[in-house]
Amino acid sequence: MRRTAKEIQMLFHAIVFYCFSALLIVASIGVIVSRNPVHAAMFLVLAFFQSAALWILAEAEFLGIVLVLVYVGAVMVLFLFVVMMLDINVEVVRKGLTRYAPMGIAVSLLMAIEMVQLIWWRSETGNAPMLFQPYPEGYSNTKSLGSVLYTEHVYAFEIAAVILLLAIVAAITLTMRKRPGLKVQNIAEQVAVRSEDRLRIVKMKSEKKL
Amino acid sequence: MSDIVDYGSGMWNSLPPLVQYVTIVTWKVLFVVIVVMLTVAFSTYFERKVIGSMQARIGPNRVGPLGLGQPFADVLKLLIKEVVIPSRSSKFLFVIAPLLTLTPALAAWAVIPLNDWYVVANINAGLLYVLALTSVGVYGVILAGWATNSTYAFIGAMRIGAQIVSYEIAMGFALVGVLMAAGSLNLGDIVRAQAGGFSHWFLVPLLPLFFVFWISGVAETHRAPFDVAEGESEIVAGFHVEYSGVAFALFFLAEYANMLLVSALTAIFFLGGWASPFEGWLFLDNIAGLAWLREGSFFWLAGKICFFMYTFFWLRATFPRYRYDQIMRLGWKVFIPITIIWIAVEGVMAWLQVGPWAELEIV
Repeated sequence: MRRTAKEIQMLFHAIVFYCFSALLIVASIGVIVSRNPVHAAMFLVLAFFQSAALWILAEAEFLGIVLVLVYVGAVMVLFLFVVMMLDINVEVVRKGLTRYAPMGIAVSLLMAIEMVQLIWWRSETGNAPMLFQPYPEGYSNTKSLGSVLYTEHVYAFEIAAVILLLAIVAAITLTMRKRPGLKVQNIAEQVAVRSEDRLRIVKMKSEKKL
Repeated sequence: MSDIVDYGSGMWNSLPPLVQYVTIVTWKVLFVVIVVMLTVAFSTYFERKVIGSMQARIGPNRVGPLGLGQPFADVLKLLIKEVVIPSRSSKFLFVIAPLLTLTPALAAWAVIPLNDWYVVANINAGLLYVLALTSVGVYGVILAGWATNSTYAFIGAMRIGAQIVSYEIAMGFALVGVLMAAGSLNLGDIVRAQAGGFSHWFLVPLLPLFFVFWISGVAETHRAPFDVAEGESEIVAGFHVEYSGVAFALFFLAEYANMLLVSALTAIFFLGGWASPFEGWLFLDNIAGLAWLREGSFFWLAGKICFFMYTFFWLRATFPRYRYDQIMRLGWKVFIPITIIWIAVEGVMAWLQVGPWAELEIV
Protein backbone atom coordinates (compact mmCIF):
# COMPACT_ATOMS: atom_id res chain seq x y z
CA MET A 1 0.00 0.00 0.00
CA ARG A 2 1.45 3.36 -1.01
CA ARG A 3 0.62 6.33 1.18
CA THR A 4 0.34 9.93 -0.02
CA ALA A 5 2.64 12.64 1.32
CA LYS A 6 -0.20 14.04 3.42
CA GLU A 7 -0.84 10.69 5.07
CA ILE A 8 2.84 10.20 5.82
CA GLN A 9 2.92 13.64 7.38
CA MET A 10 -0.07 12.82 9.59
CA LEU A 11 1.47 9.50 10.56
CA PHE A 12 4.77 11.15 11.44
CA HIS A 13 2.91 13.78 13.43
CA ALA A 14 1.07 11.09 15.38
CA ILE A 15 4.25 9.09 16.08
CA VAL A 16 6.05 12.17 17.39
CA PHE A 17 3.03 13.14 19.47
CA TYR A 18 2.77 9.73 21.16
CA CYS A 19 6.52 9.57 21.79
CA PHE A 20 6.53 12.93 23.54
CA SER A 21 3.34 12.13 25.45
CA ALA A 22 4.73 8.83 26.68
CA LEU A 23 7.92 10.55 27.82
CA LEU A 24 5.86 13.24 29.51
CA ILE A 25 3.93 10.62 31.49
CA VAL A 26 7.13 8.77 32.43
CA ALA A 27 8.75 12.02 33.57
CA SER A 28 5.70 13.02 35.62
CA ILE A 29 5.67 9.67 37.38
CA GLY A 30 9.40 10.10 37.96
CA VAL A 31 8.76 13.40 39.75
CA ILE A 32 6.64 11.73 42.43
CA VAL A 33 8.48 8.43 42.83
CA SER A 34 12.13 9.59 42.93
CA ARG A 35 13.77 9.26 46.30
CA ASN A 36 16.21 12.06 45.68
CA PRO A 37 14.65 15.56 45.49
CA VAL A 38 17.25 16.70 42.93
CA HIS A 39 16.32 13.80 40.67
CA ALA A 40 12.65 14.71 41.13
CA ALA A 41 13.40 18.29 40.09
CA MET A 42 15.25 17.06 37.00
CA PHE A 43 12.28 14.86 36.09
CA LEU A 44 10.10 17.95 36.36
CA VAL A 45 12.45 19.75 33.95
CA LEU A 46 12.11 16.83 31.55
CA ALA A 47 8.33 17.00 31.88
CA PHE A 48 8.40 20.73 31.04
CA PHE A 49 10.48 20.00 27.97
CA GLN A 50 8.06 17.34 26.77
CA SER A 51 5.05 19.61 27.19
CA ALA A 52 6.90 22.42 25.39
CA ALA A 53 7.56 19.99 22.55
CA LEU A 54 3.87 19.06 22.44
CA TRP A 55 2.93 22.72 22.21
CA ILE A 56 5.41 23.32 19.43
CA LEU A 57 3.96 20.30 17.66
CA ALA A 58 0.58 22.03 17.83
CA GLU A 59 2.23 25.10 16.22
CA ALA A 60 1.99 27.12 19.43
CA GLU A 61 5.72 27.83 19.24
CA PHE A 62 5.56 30.99 21.34
CA LEU A 63 3.95 29.22 24.31
CA GLY A 64 6.29 26.25 23.97
CA ILE A 65 9.47 28.31 23.92
CA VAL A 66 8.28 30.61 26.70
CA LEU A 67 7.57 27.53 28.83
CA VAL A 68 11.19 26.47 28.41
CA LEU A 69 12.48 30.02 28.87
CA VAL A 70 10.54 30.81 32.04
CA TYR A 71 10.00 27.49 33.79
CA VAL A 72 13.08 25.55 32.73
CA GLY A 73 15.44 28.49 32.41
CA ALA A 74 14.55 30.43 35.54
CA VAL A 75 12.00 28.88 37.90
CA MET A 76 13.46 25.39 37.99
CA VAL A 77 17.02 26.70 38.38
CA LEU A 78 15.99 28.53 41.54
CA PHE A 79 14.02 25.46 42.61
CA LEU A 80 17.12 23.31 42.18
CA PHE A 81 19.12 25.81 44.25
CA VAL A 82 16.71 25.49 47.14
CA VAL A 83 16.48 21.72 46.87
CA MET A 84 20.26 21.30 46.72
CA MET A 85 20.88 23.57 49.69
CA LEU A 86 18.13 22.28 51.98
CA ASP A 87 19.16 18.61 51.98
CA ILE A 88 15.58 17.36 52.39
CA ASN A 89 15.08 13.98 54.04
CA VAL A 90 12.61 12.22 51.78
CA GLU A 91 11.81 9.45 54.28
CA VAL A 92 10.33 11.96 56.74
CA VAL A 93 8.26 13.57 54.01
CA ARG A 94 6.99 10.16 52.93
CA LYS A 95 5.68 9.20 56.36
CA GLY A 96 2.32 10.87 55.81
CA LEU A 97 1.81 9.12 52.47
CA THR A 98 -0.62 6.42 53.63
CA ARG A 99 -2.60 8.87 55.73
CA TYR A 100 -3.18 11.28 52.83
CA ALA A 101 -3.47 8.60 50.14
CA PRO A 102 -7.34 8.41 50.08
CA MET A 103 -7.56 12.18 49.65
CA GLY A 104 -5.02 12.14 46.82
CA ILE A 105 -6.75 9.28 45.04
CA ALA A 106 -10.11 11.06 45.32
CA VAL A 107 -8.73 14.28 43.82
CA SER A 108 -6.99 12.50 40.95
CA LEU A 109 -10.13 10.44 40.20
CA LEU A 110 -12.18 13.62 40.09
CA MET A 111 -9.73 15.20 37.65
CA ALA A 112 -9.72 12.10 35.45
CA ILE A 113 -13.52 12.05 35.34
CA GLU A 114 -13.65 15.72 34.43
CA MET A 115 -11.18 15.25 31.60
CA VAL A 116 -12.93 12.20 30.17
CA GLN A 117 -16.24 14.03 30.36
CA LEU A 118 -14.82 17.04 28.55
CA ILE A 119 -13.34 14.93 25.75
CA TRP A 120 -16.55 12.88 25.49
CA TRP A 121 -18.69 16.03 25.36
CA ARG A 122 -16.45 17.57 22.74
CA SER A 123 -16.60 14.54 20.48
CA GLU A 124 -20.38 14.24 21.03
CA THR A 125 -21.16 17.83 20.03
CA GLY A 126 -18.75 17.52 17.13
CA ASN A 127 -17.11 20.91 17.52
CA ALA A 128 -13.68 19.42 18.06
CA PRO A 129 -11.50 19.39 14.98
CA MET A 130 -10.23 15.82 15.08
CA LEU A 131 -7.59 16.47 12.47
CA PHE A 132 -4.76 18.84 13.00
CA GLN A 133 -5.07 21.94 10.83
CA PRO A 134 -1.74 23.51 9.89
CA TYR A 135 -1.50 27.29 9.83
CA PRO A 136 -0.81 29.07 6.53
CA GLU A 137 2.76 29.90 5.59
CA GLY A 138 4.15 33.01 7.28
CA TYR A 139 1.72 32.91 10.17
CA SER A 140 3.39 34.19 13.34
CA ASN A 141 2.09 32.86 16.59
CA THR A 142 3.88 35.56 18.57
CA LYS A 143 2.42 38.39 16.54
CA SER A 144 -1.16 37.20 16.80
CA LEU A 145 -0.82 36.60 20.54
CA GLY A 146 0.67 40.05 21.06
CA SER A 147 -1.97 41.80 18.99
CA VAL A 148 -4.71 40.37 21.24
CA LEU A 149 -2.82 40.72 24.51
CA TYR A 150 -2.01 44.41 24.09
CA THR A 151 -5.37 45.51 22.70
CA GLU A 152 -8.37 43.50 23.90
CA HIS A 153 -6.91 42.20 27.15
CA VAL A 154 -4.59 45.05 27.98
CA TYR A 155 -6.19 45.80 31.39
CA ALA A 156 -6.03 42.21 32.58
CA PHE A 157 -2.45 42.04 31.32
CA GLU A 158 -1.43 45.22 33.13
CA ILE A 159 -3.14 44.18 36.35
CA ALA A 160 -1.31 40.84 36.27
CA ALA A 161 1.96 42.71 35.75
CA VAL A 162 1.29 45.01 38.71
CA ILE A 163 0.41 42.05 40.94
CA LEU A 164 3.67 40.35 40.00
CA LEU A 165 5.62 43.52 40.70
CA LEU A 166 3.91 43.74 44.08
CA ALA A 167 4.90 40.16 44.81
CA ILE A 168 8.53 40.90 43.95
CA VAL A 169 8.62 43.95 46.21
CA ALA A 170 6.88 42.06 49.02
CA ALA A 171 9.25 39.10 48.77
CA ILE A 172 12.30 41.36 48.89
CA THR A 173 11.05 43.43 51.83
CA LEU A 174 10.13 40.26 53.76
CA THR A 175 13.56 38.68 53.36
CA MET A 176 15.69 41.80 53.60
CA ARG A 177 17.40 42.21 56.94
CA LYS A 178 19.78 44.91 57.99
CA ARG A 179 22.69 43.70 60.04
CA PRO A 180 24.39 46.20 62.35
CA GLY A 181 28.07 46.88 61.84
CA LEU A 182 28.06 45.98 58.15
CA LYS A 183 30.91 47.48 56.15
CA VAL A 184 29.68 48.71 52.78
CA GLN A 185 31.69 50.41 50.07
CA ASN A 186 30.48 53.59 48.50
CA ILE A 187 31.13 52.73 44.89
CA ALA A 188 30.44 56.22 43.51
CA GLU A 189 33.09 57.55 45.87
CA GLN A 190 35.53 54.83 44.85
CA VAL A 191 35.05 55.53 41.17
CA ALA A 192 35.39 59.29 41.63
CA VAL A 193 38.65 59.01 43.56
CA ARG A 194 41.64 60.96 42.23
CA SER A 195 45.29 60.30 42.72
CA GLU A 196 45.68 63.48 44.82
CA ASP A 197 43.26 62.07 47.42
CA ARG A 198 45.37 59.02 48.03
CA LEU A 199 48.93 60.00 47.29
CA ARG A 200 50.95 62.93 48.51
CA ILE A 201 54.29 63.65 46.85
CA VAL A 202 56.69 65.34 49.19
CA LYS A 203 59.73 67.11 47.81
CA MET A 204 62.70 67.15 50.13
CA LYS A 205 66.38 67.68 49.86
CA SER A 206 68.62 64.68 49.79
CA GLU A 207 70.40 64.06 53.05
CA LYS A 208 74.11 63.65 53.37
CA LYS A 209 75.42 60.32 54.46
CA LEU A 210 77.04 60.45 57.82
CA MET B 1 30.67 12.58 -17.38
CA SER B 2 27.22 14.04 -18.01
CA ASP B 3 25.82 10.48 -17.90
CA ILE B 4 27.00 10.14 -14.32
CA VAL B 5 25.42 13.50 -13.43
CA ASP B 6 22.15 12.49 -15.09
CA TYR B 7 22.22 9.13 -13.32
CA GLY B 8 22.87 10.84 -9.98
CA SER B 9 20.10 13.40 -10.40
CA GLY B 10 17.75 10.63 -11.54
CA MET B 11 18.58 8.62 -8.42
CA TRP B 12 18.01 11.70 -6.29
CA ASN B 13 14.65 12.52 -7.90
CA SER B 14 13.43 8.97 -7.44
CA LEU B 15 13.73 9.31 -3.67
CA PRO B 16 10.58 10.19 -1.73
CA PRO B 17 10.38 13.90 -0.79
CA LEU B 18 10.62 13.13 2.92
CA VAL B 19 13.92 11.27 2.43
CA GLN B 20 15.26 14.09 0.25
CA TYR B 21 14.32 16.62 2.91
CA VAL B 22 15.87 14.63 5.75
CA THR B 23 19.09 14.13 3.77
CA ILE B 24 19.45 17.82 2.99
CA VAL B 25 18.75 18.88 6.57
CA THR B 26 21.17 16.30 7.97
CA TRP B 27 23.97 17.56 5.74
CA LYS B 28 23.18 21.16 6.69
CA VAL B 29 23.32 20.29 10.40
CA LEU B 30 26.53 18.28 9.99
CA PHE B 31 28.18 21.13 8.13
CA VAL B 32 27.33 23.64 10.87
CA VAL B 33 28.44 21.29 13.66
CA ILE B 34 31.74 20.47 11.96
CA VAL B 35 32.48 24.12 11.25
CA VAL B 36 31.65 25.10 14.84
CA MET B 37 33.81 22.29 16.25
CA LEU B 38 36.79 23.19 14.05
CA THR B 39 36.42 26.85 14.94
CA VAL B 40 36.32 25.91 18.62
CA ALA B 41 39.51 23.87 18.22
CA PHE B 42 41.34 26.70 16.53
CA SER B 43 40.02 29.38 18.86
CA THR B 44 41.90 27.68 21.71
CA TYR B 45 45.05 28.11 19.60
CA PHE B 46 44.02 31.69 18.79
CA GLU B 47 43.48 32.43 22.48
CA ARG B 48 46.86 31.12 23.52
CA LYS B 49 48.60 33.05 20.75
CA VAL B 50 46.74 36.30 21.57
CA ILE B 51 47.34 36.07 25.30
CA GLY B 52 50.91 34.99 24.65
CA SER B 53 51.64 38.05 22.55
CA MET B 54 49.93 40.32 25.08
CA GLN B 55 52.17 38.90 27.79
CA ALA B 56 55.26 39.09 25.54
CA ARG B 57 55.49 35.30 25.10
CA ILE B 58 55.45 33.19 21.95
CA GLY B 59 52.58 30.84 22.72
CA PRO B 60 52.26 27.33 21.25
CA ASN B 61 54.79 26.80 18.46
CA ARG B 62 55.93 23.17 18.69
CA VAL B 63 53.24 21.01 17.08
CA GLY B 64 53.16 21.43 13.32
CA PRO B 65 53.95 24.64 11.44
CA LEU B 66 53.46 27.71 13.70
CA GLY B 67 52.04 25.38 16.32
CA LEU B 68 48.85 24.93 14.30
CA GLY B 69 48.62 21.25 15.26
CA GLN B 70 48.36 22.13 18.94
CA PRO B 71 44.51 21.91 19.15
CA PHE B 72 44.58 18.37 17.74
CA ALA B 73 47.36 17.34 20.10
CA ASP B 74 45.28 18.68 23.01
CA VAL B 75 42.15 16.85 21.87
CA LEU B 76 44.08 13.60 21.44
CA LYS B 77 45.60 13.96 24.89
CA LEU B 78 42.20 14.53 26.51
CA LEU B 79 40.64 11.62 24.59
CA ILE B 80 43.16 9.02 25.79
CA LYS B 81 43.07 10.12 29.42
CA GLU B 82 41.16 8.15 32.01
CA VAL B 83 37.74 9.43 33.06
CA VAL B 84 37.67 9.34 36.84
CA ILE B 85 34.23 9.18 38.45
CA PRO B 86 34.27 10.02 42.16
CA SER B 87 32.95 7.11 44.21
CA ARG B 88 30.51 9.13 46.33
CA SER B 89 29.13 11.10 43.40
CA SER B 90 25.71 10.85 41.82
CA LYS B 91 26.98 8.83 38.86
CA PHE B 92 24.24 9.27 36.28
CA LEU B 93 24.03 13.03 36.71
CA PHE B 94 27.83 13.28 36.87
CA VAL B 95 28.14 11.65 33.46
CA ILE B 96 25.21 13.43 31.81
CA ALA B 97 26.10 16.94 33.04
CA PRO B 98 28.79 17.69 30.39
CA LEU B 99 26.37 16.59 27.67
CA LEU B 100 23.67 18.87 29.08
CA THR B 101 26.11 21.78 28.77
CA LEU B 102 27.28 21.01 25.24
CA THR B 103 23.91 20.16 23.65
CA PRO B 104 22.21 23.57 24.09
CA ALA B 105 25.41 25.35 23.00
CA LEU B 106 25.33 23.43 19.71
CA ALA B 107 21.54 23.34 19.30
CA ALA B 108 21.32 27.14 19.38
CA TRP B 109 23.29 27.23 16.11
CA ALA B 110 20.22 25.84 14.35
CA VAL B 111 18.66 29.31 14.01
CA ILE B 112 21.85 31.31 13.34
CA PRO B 113 21.81 32.54 9.72
CA LEU B 114 25.31 32.16 8.26
CA ASN B 115 24.41 34.16 5.16
CA ASP B 116 21.32 35.26 3.28
CA TRP B 117 20.08 31.71 2.67
CA TYR B 118 22.10 29.29 4.81
CA VAL B 119 20.22 28.64 8.03
CA VAL B 120 19.35 25.18 9.35
CA ALA B 121 15.94 26.13 10.77
CA ASN B 122 14.40 29.38 9.61
CA ILE B 123 11.85 29.73 12.39
CA ASN B 124 9.78 32.77 13.29
CA ALA B 125 10.59 32.75 17.00
CA GLY B 126 14.35 32.42 16.49
CA LEU B 127 15.31 35.03 19.06
CA LEU B 128 13.16 33.39 21.74
CA TYR B 129 14.62 30.00 20.85
CA VAL B 130 18.15 31.31 21.35
CA LEU B 131 17.22 32.85 24.70
CA ALA B 132 15.55 29.63 25.84
CA LEU B 133 18.52 27.47 24.89
CA THR B 134 21.14 29.71 26.46
CA SER B 135 19.17 29.57 29.70
CA VAL B 136 19.00 25.77 29.54
CA GLY B 137 22.80 25.54 29.38
CA VAL B 138 23.05 26.38 33.08
CA TYR B 139 21.70 22.96 34.11
CA GLY B 140 24.81 21.09 33.05
CA VAL B 141 26.96 23.31 35.22
CA ILE B 142 24.70 23.21 38.29
CA LEU B 143 24.27 19.45 38.05
CA ALA B 144 28.00 18.92 37.56
CA GLY B 145 28.67 20.89 40.72
CA TRP B 146 26.06 19.04 42.71
CA ALA B 147 26.73 15.53 41.39
CA THR B 148 30.46 15.76 42.11
CA ASN B 149 29.70 15.83 45.84
CA SER B 150 32.55 18.21 46.55
CA THR B 151 32.26 21.55 48.32
CA TYR B 152 34.49 23.36 45.83
CA ALA B 153 32.42 22.16 42.91
CA PHE B 154 29.19 22.99 44.71
CA ILE B 155 30.27 26.55 45.51
CA GLY B 156 31.28 27.03 41.88
CA ALA B 157 27.94 25.72 40.68
CA MET B 158 25.99 27.99 43.03
CA ARG B 159 27.98 31.02 41.93
CA ILE B 160 27.53 30.29 38.27
CA GLY B 161 23.83 29.53 38.61
CA ALA B 162 23.10 32.83 40.31
CA GLN B 163 25.31 34.68 37.85
CA ILE B 164 23.69 33.23 34.73
CA VAL B 165 20.14 33.73 36.01
CA SER B 166 20.94 37.36 36.85
CA TYR B 167 22.62 38.27 33.59
CA GLU B 168 19.98 36.52 31.53
CA ILE B 169 17.49 39.21 32.55
CA ALA B 170 19.73 42.02 31.31
CA MET B 171 20.40 40.04 28.13
CA GLY B 172 16.69 39.45 27.53
CA PHE B 173 15.88 43.13 28.05
CA ALA B 174 18.66 44.16 25.66
CA LEU B 175 17.11 41.85 23.08
CA VAL B 176 13.72 43.50 23.62
CA GLY B 177 15.34 46.64 22.25
CA VAL B 178 16.62 44.74 19.19
CA LEU B 179 13.21 43.19 18.70
CA MET B 180 11.52 46.60 18.84
CA ALA B 181 13.95 48.02 16.30
CA ALA B 182 13.70 45.08 13.88
CA GLY B 183 10.01 44.29 14.33
CA SER B 184 10.70 40.57 14.05
CA LEU B 185 11.89 37.61 16.10
CA ASN B 186 13.44 35.91 13.08
CA LEU B 187 17.23 36.30 13.11
CA GLY B 188 17.41 36.57 9.31
CA ASP B 189 14.81 39.36 9.33
CA ILE B 190 16.73 41.14 12.10
CA VAL B 191 19.80 41.19 9.86
CA ARG B 192 17.73 42.33 6.86
CA ALA B 193 16.32 45.18 8.96
CA GLN B 194 19.88 46.48 9.31
CA ALA B 195 20.55 46.60 5.56
CA GLY B 196 22.30 49.66 4.16
CA GLY B 197 25.82 49.74 5.57
CA PHE B 198 27.30 50.31 8.99
CA SER B 199 25.37 53.51 9.70
CA HIS B 200 22.16 51.44 9.61
CA TRP B 201 23.35 48.82 12.05
CA PHE B 202 21.57 48.65 15.39
CA LEU B 203 24.92 49.40 16.99
CA VAL B 204 24.28 53.11 16.42
CA PRO B 205 20.79 53.64 17.88
CA LEU B 206 21.15 50.86 20.46
CA LEU B 207 24.69 51.52 21.66
CA PRO B 208 23.91 51.11 25.41
CA LEU B 209 22.05 47.88 24.70
CA PHE B 210 24.99 46.63 22.64
CA PHE B 211 27.36 47.07 25.57
CA VAL B 212 24.90 45.51 27.99
CA PHE B 213 24.35 42.53 25.68
CA TRP B 214 28.01 41.97 24.99
CA ILE B 215 29.15 42.22 28.62
CA SER B 216 26.22 40.04 29.75
CA GLY B 217 27.31 37.58 27.08
CA VAL B 218 30.79 37.45 28.60
CA ALA B 219 29.20 36.89 32.01
CA GLU B 220 26.87 34.18 30.63
CA THR B 221 29.80 32.23 29.21
CA HIS B 222 31.58 32.68 32.59
CA ARG B 223 34.76 33.91 30.98
CA ALA B 224 37.24 36.29 32.60
CA PRO B 225 36.66 38.75 34.26
CA PHE B 226 33.43 37.00 35.30
CA ASP B 227 34.94 33.56 35.91
CA VAL B 228 34.35 33.39 39.66
CA ALA B 229 32.74 30.00 39.05
CA GLU B 230 36.15 28.59 38.23
CA GLY B 231 38.18 30.93 40.40
CA GLU B 232 41.28 28.74 40.56
CA SER B 233 42.79 30.86 43.33
CA GLU B 234 39.89 30.20 45.73
CA ILE B 235 37.88 27.14 44.68
CA VAL B 236 40.43 25.22 42.57
CA ALA B 237 38.44 24.88 39.33
CA GLY B 238 34.85 25.27 40.44
CA PHE B 239 32.22 22.98 39.01
CA HIS B 240 34.55 20.84 36.87
CA VAL B 241 37.14 20.19 39.58
CA GLU B 242 36.65 16.40 39.48
CA TYR B 243 36.19 16.04 35.72
CA SER B 244 38.95 14.54 33.62
CA GLY B 245 39.56 13.28 30.11
CA VAL B 246 36.65 13.37 27.68
CA ALA B 247 34.19 14.67 30.28
CA PHE B 248 36.38 17.70 30.87
CA ALA B 249 36.87 18.12 27.11
CA LEU B 250 33.08 18.38 26.70
CA PHE B 251 32.90 21.23 29.23
CA PHE B 252 35.76 22.89 27.44
CA LEU B 253 34.06 22.51 24.05
CA ALA B 254 30.79 23.85 25.47
CA GLU B 255 32.49 26.92 26.88
CA TYR B 256 34.11 27.80 23.56
CA ALA B 257 30.98 26.94 21.56
CA ASN B 258 29.07 29.32 23.83
CA MET B 259 31.65 32.04 23.28
CA LEU B 260 31.31 31.59 19.52
CA LEU B 261 27.55 31.68 19.87
CA VAL B 262 27.56 34.91 21.88
CA SER B 263 29.96 36.45 19.34
CA ALA B 264 27.73 35.40 16.46
CA LEU B 265 24.61 36.70 18.22
CA THR B 266 26.19 40.06 18.97
CA ALA B 267 27.26 40.32 15.34
CA ILE B 268 23.76 39.45 14.14
CA PHE B 269 21.83 41.67 16.55
CA PHE B 270 24.00 44.77 16.50
CA LEU B 271 26.52 44.58 13.65
CA GLY B 272 24.37 43.48 10.75
CA GLY B 273 25.33 39.77 10.69
CA TRP B 274 26.42 38.71 7.23
CA ALA B 275 25.80 42.20 5.79
CA SER B 276 28.73 44.18 4.45
CA PRO B 277 29.67 47.39 6.29
CA PHE B 278 30.13 49.12 2.91
CA GLU B 279 26.69 48.24 1.59
CA GLY B 280 25.69 51.90 1.34
CA TRP B 281 28.79 53.01 -0.58
CA LEU B 282 27.28 53.07 -4.05
CA PHE B 283 30.41 54.55 -5.64
CA LEU B 284 32.19 51.21 -5.09
CA ASP B 285 30.22 49.84 -8.06
CA ASN B 286 32.03 52.22 -10.39
CA ILE B 287 35.50 51.15 -9.27
CA ALA B 288 36.62 48.02 -11.09
CA GLY B 289 37.20 45.04 -8.82
CA LEU B 290 35.68 46.55 -5.68
CA ALA B 291 31.98 45.89 -6.28
CA TRP B 292 32.14 42.68 -4.22
CA LEU B 293 32.81 44.78 -1.13
CA ARG B 294 29.15 45.80 -1.09
CA GLU B 295 27.82 42.25 -1.12
CA GLY B 296 26.89 40.49 2.05
CA SER B 297 28.51 37.11 2.58
CA PHE B 298 29.45 34.57 5.22
CA PHE B 299 32.93 36.07 5.42
CA TRP B 300 31.67 39.34 6.86
CA LEU B 301 29.93 37.40 9.63
CA ALA B 302 33.08 35.33 10.20
CA GLY B 303 35.15 38.50 10.45
CA LYS B 304 32.78 39.99 13.01
CA ILE B 305 32.80 36.75 15.03
CA CYS B 306 36.61 36.75 14.98
CA PHE B 307 36.65 40.30 16.25
CA PHE B 308 34.43 39.42 19.22
CA MET B 309 36.42 36.26 19.95
CA TYR B 310 39.53 38.43 20.02
CA THR B 311 37.77 40.77 22.45
CA PHE B 312 37.03 37.81 24.73
CA PHE B 313 40.75 37.00 24.90
CA TRP B 314 41.68 40.64 25.19
CA LEU B 315 39.38 41.03 28.20
CA ARG B 316 40.88 37.93 29.75
CA ALA B 317 44.42 39.23 29.36
CA THR B 318 43.52 42.71 30.62
CA PHE B 319 41.16 42.60 33.59
CA PRO B 320 41.45 41.07 37.05
CA ARG B 321 38.60 38.89 38.24
CA TYR B 322 35.49 40.59 39.57
CA ARG B 323 34.50 40.13 43.18
CA TYR B 324 31.23 38.21 43.46
CA ASP B 325 29.15 41.00 45.04
CA GLN B 326 30.42 43.38 42.36
CA ILE B 327 29.22 41.00 39.65
CA MET B 328 25.76 40.95 41.19
CA ARG B 329 25.73 44.72 41.55
CA LEU B 330 26.74 45.23 37.92
CA GLY B 331 24.02 42.89 36.68
CA TRP B 332 21.12 44.02 38.82
CA LYS B 333 21.81 47.65 39.65
CA VAL B 334 23.58 48.86 36.51
CA PHE B 335 22.63 46.77 33.48
CA ILE B 336 18.94 46.17 34.14
CA PRO B 337 18.17 49.88 34.77
CA ILE B 338 20.16 50.87 31.64
CA THR B 339 18.19 48.46 29.47
CA ILE B 340 14.83 49.50 30.92
CA ILE B 341 15.62 53.19 30.38
CA TRP B 342 16.77 52.57 26.83
CA ILE B 343 13.69 50.53 25.98
CA ALA B 344 11.55 53.45 27.21
CA VAL B 345 13.64 55.92 25.16
CA GLU B 346 13.23 53.71 22.12
CA GLY B 347 9.49 53.47 22.68
CA VAL B 348 9.11 57.24 22.90
CA MET B 349 11.25 57.73 19.80
CA ALA B 350 9.24 55.18 17.86
CA TRP B 351 6.04 56.89 18.98
CA LEU B 352 7.38 60.28 17.86
CA GLN B 353 8.52 58.69 14.56
CA VAL B 354 12.20 59.52 15.14
CA GLY B 355 15.04 57.22 14.28
CA PRO B 356 15.44 54.02 12.29
CA TRP B 357 12.42 52.32 13.82
CA ALA B 358 10.05 55.03 12.58
CA GLU B 359 9.36 53.28 9.25
CA LEU B 360 8.25 50.06 10.94
CA GLU B 361 4.71 49.18 10.07
CA ILE B 362 2.57 48.51 13.10
CA VAL B 363 0.59 45.34 12.61
